[in-house]
Amino acid sequence: MAGPMRATDPFIFCSRLNLRELTGLKAKNLCELVSLIKTVPGSVIYHHTHHFLQQHQYLIPEPPNDFAYWVEQALGYRDLAESLASVNTCEFGSIRALRDRIVSEIDEYLKHNPASREANAGEEFYFIKSVSFVFKTPYEAYDLTEFGDIIKKVTIDSIYFHMYESRLRLEKGVNDFSNWIRDELAEEELADKIDRLDPYTHTMEGLRRRLTGLVEVHAKRAAQ
Amino acid sequence: MIARIHDYEPVVGKNTVDELQLLAGKLSGTVVQNINSTAVGGGVAEILNRMVPLLRELGVDARWDVIKGGQEFFDVTKKFHNALHGRRETITQEMYDTFLENGQENLKTMQLCGDIIFVHDPQPITLIGKKEEMNSRWIWRCHIDVSNPDPDVFGFLLPYIERYDASVFSAPSFTRKLSIRQFLIAPSIDPLCKKNMELSQETIDGVLEKFGLDAKVPIVTQISRFDYLKDPVGVIEAFKLVRKNVRCQLVLAGGTATDDPESDKVLAEVRERAQGDRDIHILLLPPGSDIEINALQRASSVVVQKSLKEGFGLTVTEALWKGKPVVASSVGGIPLQIKHKYSGLLCRSVDGAAYMIKQLLNAPEYAKKLGENGREHVRQNFLLTRHLREYLLLFLSLYHAEDVVYL
Repeated sequence: MAGPMRATDPFIFCSRLNLRELTGLKAKNLCELVSLIKTVPGSVIYHHTHHFLQQHQYLIPEPPNDFAYWVEQALGYRDLAESLASVNTCEFGSIRALRDRIVSEIDEYLKHNPASREANAGEEFYFIKSVSFVFKTPYEAYDLTEFGDIIKKVTIDSIYFHMYESRLRLEKGVNDFSNWIRDELAEEELADKIDRLDPYTHTMEGLRRRLTGLVEVHAKRAAQ
Repeated sequence: MIARIHDYEPVVGKNTVDELQLLAGKLSGTVVQNINSTAVGGGVAEILNRMVPLLRELGVDARWDVIKGGQEFFDVTKKFHNALHGRRETITQEMYDTFLENGQENLKTMQLCGDIIFVHDPQPITLIGKKEEMNSRWIWRCHIDVSNPDPDVFGFLLPYIERYDASVFSAPSFTRKLSIRQFLIAPSIDPLCKKNMELSQETIDGVLEKFGLDAKVPIVTQISRFDYLKDPVGVIEAFKLVRKNVRCQLVLAGGTATDDPESDKVLAEVRERAQGDRDIHILLLPPGSDIEINALQRASSVVVQKSLKEGFGLTVTEALWKGKPVVASSVGGIPLQIKHKYSGLLCRSVDGAAYMIKQLLNAPEYAKKLGENGREHVRQNFLLTRHLREYLLLFLSLYHAEDVVYL
């Protein structure tokens, strides 16, 4: 029996923690919101489309972004909120492309609807930037069994880093797990399955369970 | 007994504590000198009393010094504090001079030794005068909401603020545009302190008995000092609307603010509105009633915070941590803690508050779900360990200008 395939280069689990930086910019209506979305740094768009995943990671994973939540809760535009909530973040390979899509949803809405509502004082949309600190954890895996064991115990920040931050913010296009599994272990099918997961519709712990399940099935198969 | 860092592992997980150790390791040898205006009393001293020993245990050389000042200086800084909150205050040139002279005295006598000098609130702000003589990084931590300040006082402080390398605020709505970096770091609660630790049912029952509360009838509670801005009268009105349909008891518990002359007047008005109503319990609690507050929160079916204006709203954090469904106004730092219908309910009026309290009393499963979400939200975001982690990241950010930092 050949046993499970071992990688030449291990998967080194990194993690990331973030600090929120205030920009001093705020919007009280839809026109101000879209105009600022067009000009703020990418780190701001990243923050408002991703922090819910971590700050509210115990919830059913909604709402997916701050723009959708604010448009509904502070301005009461339900239709637009739904459109913004349904923007499929997985489809985008860069923050720039994601930003363009959000802008086009709001611009389109403004073309056909009056949008004169203003948020109450104190309930304006405050633009916040995400500053990420990336560091290596002590964990590294050479095969699928080790990989699966580590997935069970790393922090959600580590899973978050490799599944979301690396793919979109660092513009690698594919999540780190799929890349390594494909390149080092030649497990094409597993790499594809992980790549096709929509991480934005799982809670972080739910995503961990899903990853663990997929890896365990393939690890068993590889060991046979 | 003061908790040690590993005591937090059962609450937040070993990984979280490991991460703190890893981050602290990157700051080994760095001296972080905290400076504020008082060693006891007040929220800042309370936080530093917890933070400094934990940072030291993690291996960061954290220190804490307090500026000196006489009564006259602190009378001026109290006025500054009120003015920054937006209250009208008459501040004379003499008062500004007193503030500056005291600052000069402290500049002469205080040993500034930090690689990072972490100044809390406006009282010690003029210490920045030493910046050019030192090779240190300077942070100004503002615990006050300065979104709508008296322009004269803010204009006076602004040149000092903008000489710091970075500033820190508790909520996005508390600040305004500045020329220096501004970080958002919310305050936190300590899950192991008396006000938040787990209590036995016996202790809770003992407190209910002491205050004449019936453990079998649902309790609706607001914990806050007797202040118009906390709208205790509005809470009584809401309660009376609720009780038309649901039998329950109301607890309004808190202290009076010694520095607020209106406080006694508010308490008198509240007592008058509650007079003759056996279901309304007005509890004037002395300082240090932490176990009582903890027990009252834990015994409640719904916790209310119907403030008209609020700081961060740590009483809301405490209630959420105890898994309680909360109905609170959407003011100050409360919307950061409660996402409407996810981790609590946000109200804007007496009628709204009454409707939501009723909903929660009549739908205990829904109330339970909100409470569970609220507790997890606090676990992730508003415990002391998160606060420590963000302070460590803040210190590290002083040495990196980029948005993605590889440590």
